[in-house]
Order: sequence, then structure tokens, then C-alpha cells
Amino acid sequence: MVGQALFLLFALFTLLMALGTVVARNLFHAALFLVGVFFGIAVLFILLEAEFLGVAQIVIYIGAIATLIVFAIMLSRNVMGKEAGAYNSQWRWALAGVVFFFLILSWLLVRMPFSLVQAQVPADAITQIGQGFVGHYVVPFEVASVLLLVALVGAIMLARER
Amino acid sequence: MTVPLSWYLIFATALFSIGFFAVLARRNAIAVLMGVELMLNAVNINLVAFWRYLTPTDLSGQIFVVFVFAVAAAEAAVGLALMISIYRTRKTINVDEINELKL
Repeated sequence: MVGQALFLLFALFTLLMALGTVVARNLFHAALFLVGVFFGIAVLFILLEAEFLGVAQIVIYIGAIATLIVFAIMLSRNVMGKEAGAYNSQWRWALAGVVFFFLILSWLLVRMPFSLVQAQVPADAITQIGQGFVGHYVVPFEVASVLLLVALVGAIMLARER
Repeated sequence: MTVPLSWYLIFATALFSIGFFAVLARRNAIAVLMGVELMLNAVNINLVAFWRYLTPTDLSGQIFVVFVFAVAAAEAAVGLALMISIYRTRKTINVDEINELKL
């Protein structure tokens, strides 16, 4: 029961923050709401007993990506609000399509039979993740690190003053 | 484990839909990028929920989420660099004003 209450509390919090991100006319406020979303997701990871991911979510998303977004907002000065509007001309169609998408997908997901497994998370889960990165998943791990390096160099090249 | 799996799935669907709406309807390109981040987070919730409820002893689900983190970080860095570059040349990052490729 406590688990359900906590889930509902943080799921509602995260969804409200996500709505705030989408609705806020001021981009800076949207970025702050986005930090709330990332925090709520981290709490949900911890509720799902993925503590490593919860901490990584806070460090990577709030510490790095949200900061990067705030920097980009500050560097592109004409922040939303003063101009025509936050949404483009097709926002009604987009809203209808998204609501339809949500209804169809949640209807499918509720009807889908999943074979649930009742088992405990292994006590050495974090050790296993670490061993996975240098063992079975070593090639994707290295590719991801090369991707990050290329993205870093590419971002510097793109944003450089010419 | 008292929370049913479908609650997590519906929550992730709602979060994905909100992000999808931001991608489709927001004018500012940085807000569009925030929508993409919301969608990636919704997918991560799905991955972790399926890992916890279907294969809790095999940690591959969590490892995939870490890869999604890495790709999301790369996407945010390149995307925001593009926005700054576009802003410098066009003085706007509204996606409905950057439409040179449109017929």
C-alpha cells in the first residue's frame, strides 16, 4: 500500500511537471519544470529498485543535460513570451493526435498479457551491471563512449564562432 | 511489488504523449528538444519497469537504460549546439520560421 501511494504521488508530480514543461511560455520556467520531471523519474527508478539508475539519472540529467539546456536558453536570448505564442498553428491537430495515441496505446497495454516473474533483485545488482559493461556489453559500451566523444567534438565545431 | 506493471506502463505512455505534444506543437526549438528528453525518459521508465517485472535477475534492462542515457546526452549536446549555431545566423530558433527546406 505504501508503495502504491508513493508511486501515485511521484507519478502525479512527474506528470504535472511534464505538463508544466509543455505549457510554460517562458522557456526558463519550462527548463525548471524539466528538472522536476527528471527528479520524479529518479524517484520512480528507486521505487523500481534500480538505485544505480536513480543516482545516475540525477547526476546525468539534472547535473548535465538540464544545465546544458539552461545554458542554451541563456545564449539564445529572445526567450518565449514576448512573441506570437508558444505553439505553432497546428497545435490543435497535434493535441488531438497525441490524445488519440495515448488512448490507443494505454488500451493496448492494459489488455496485453505479460508473464510476470516474482523474484527478488539480486543483491549484487550493481556489480553485475559493472561486469556487464566490461563483459557481455563491452562493444556497445565502447561504441557509446566513441559516440559521446564524437558528439562532444561535433558540438564544439557546430557552436564555434566562425 | 504492490504496484501493478500496467500503472508504470500507463504513466510512461502519458509522459511520452506529453513529450510528443511538445515536439509536435511547440514553436521554440529548445522546447522541442525538451519534449524529446521527456520521451526518452518515458522509454527509460518502460525499460526499467519491464526489467523489474519480467526479468529481475537479468540486469540487461538496466544496462540498456545506461546506453539511452549516453545517447540522450549526445543528442542534447549536438542539438543545443545546432540551436546556438542557428540562432547566431538567423536570430531566431522558432521552428516554423526555419523552413527553407519546405517546398
